[in-house]
Amino acid sequence: MTAVATDVAVPDTRRAGRLVYAAAVVLLCAWVLVPIYFLLINTLSSPDTVNGFPKPFIPEFDLASLQFFAGFAGMLTALKNSVLVAGLTMVMSILIGAPAGYALSRFEFRGKELFRLLILLTRAFPLPLLALPLAVMFIRTGLDDTVFGLALVHTTLAIPFSVLITYSLFSGIPLELEEAAWTLGCTRLTAFTKVVLPLILPGITASAIFAFVISWNEVFAAAVLTIENRTLTAFLLQNLDTSPLHLKFAGGFILVVPALVFIFAVRKYLFAMWGIANR
Amino acid sequence: MNARLLPYVLILPVTLFLCLFFVYPFLLVSKQAFSTGEGFSLDNFRQVTSYWKFPISLRNTLLLAAAVVPIQLALALLMATMVNRMEKGRDLVLYVWTIPLGISDLAAGIIWLAIFEQSGFLNSMMTGLGLIDKPVNLLTFQNPGIVFLAIMLAEIWRATAIMLVILVAGIGLIPKEYYEAAEVFGASKWKQFLRITLPLLRPSLQTALVLRVILAFEVFAVVAALGGTLFPVLMGETYTYQFDLLNSGAAAAMALIILAISIAATLVILRVLRVPKGATI
Repeated sequence: MTAVATDVAVPDTRRAGRLVYAAAVVLLCAWVLVPIYFLLINTLSSPDTVNGFPKPFIPEFDLASLQFFAGFAGMLTALKNSVLVAGLTMVMSILIGAPAGYALSRFEFRGKELFRLLILLTRAFPLPLLALPLAVMFIRTGLDDTVFGLALVHTTLAIPFSVLITYSLFSGIPLELEEAAWTLGCTRLTAFTKVVLPLILPGITASAIFAFVISWNEVFAAAVLTIENRTLTAFLLQNLDTSPLHLKFAGGFILVVPALVFIFAVRKYLFAMWGIANR
Repeated sequence: MNARLLPYVLILPVTLFLCLFFVYPFLLVSKQAFSTGEGFSLDNFRQVTSYWKFPISLRNTLLLAAAVVPIQLALALLMATMVNRMEKGRDLVLYVWTIPLGISDLAAGIIWLAIFEQSGFLNSMMTGLGLIDKPVNLLTFQNPGIVFLAIMLAEIWRATAIMLVILVAGIGLIPKEYYEAAEVFGASKWKQFLRITLPLLRPSLQTALVLRVILAFEVFAVVAALGGTLFPVLMGETYTYQFDLLNSGAAAAMALIILAISIAATLVILRVLRVPKGATI
């Protein structure tokens, strides 16, 4: 604040300003949290209450809706499929993406710009649409309607992020550390596993979780590529028109819960990951 | 291993993977869009663009992006500057504000459905306040404005977080000395924002806008949950062609149309928010 010291009203306006600021913070927090709270009320209320009117503003703590969700034919399999696809996506995107991130941060090589362009193109492309031609390709190779086939598509979605994020993580570790290890008798590989890897592991975990969330949340490719082995998002989308309200809300809530946990787990890395990855 | 070969070995898996699951399917989808059995033709494009729903879904998609993205940008900038000033509780507020980042578009649609459906919380509140006597069915074809508003709110609610993260990360990279110098010369907070934050934030603004605009053209599940068939959008029509009508050629043509719009928008944003060479990856 540029305080004009001659005016007596200044402390008042400053206090008012601080009040407005605090109110805005609270309001914006409520804007995020209240809709989730409404979903929670619906999930923890009996189906009758969910379909009834008016809505209570406090949950009943009745698990009938969730039980109905768990008992709904195919729902638990869909949930399991979602976890499997997301888990596979997480492992593949890191195993494939992290070496490239390391190469980008440590080496100058011919074709680096071209490679970066490929990565950026992938990020700027409506990727779920690639599920359309892949459906045909997967039928030919027997990958259609499998958890692994879908995980391959989700890995394509997650890979640009895992490359850019690991690139920014590796760039945050000084090369001197590795060089010191070399002079102390480490090879490039042992210097990596003994010095760099322990430092980078938490960040790698965070970006793996990020890949998990990307896959967990993806709807279009999952809906196009799976029929029998639907993921939770595909299952819910398919049944949007026909399923009762309490099933939708319970399903929505199950989709949200991991998001809360994951954002909490990666919160420390979220900004560091984006900070350099953008440039 | 040979140090000159090593980087190529390291990028090989990604390159192979992207060639197989990005470049190759992209070529396939292009080929499929431009052929209808005998050689090159534009029949698929003619078919999808002459369908009566096409202009509506195109208009809806563009309108939604035009309504949502500027509000998100303003909101994310506001939130990012607020967080930047914060001393106490910064981590908690940031956590709360970034929660929607992990929430899928389908879940966001369902969340806002809980508010807007006939027996939902909005109607409950309005009757509680005595504004209406009985619940009104808000999401019907008679209320296209409310359907649009519900989808807009859900999109703003869900996707502002990604812009916020990019902008907070960008602001974190601006050297504090600039602000200290501005303080010395008596620049107001507003002037500091206009003269320091905004210009130096250009690379982040660029990334945030490109990412958000592209994703806005892919809006799908939020619309499916809230509007169903009341609010046709391009991605939803593509899904219908592929899944309900089993017309892959038409779906491929729609895919290329969405891609063309995304590329055009990206080029415009990159041009408008040009960043000096060497400042971007």
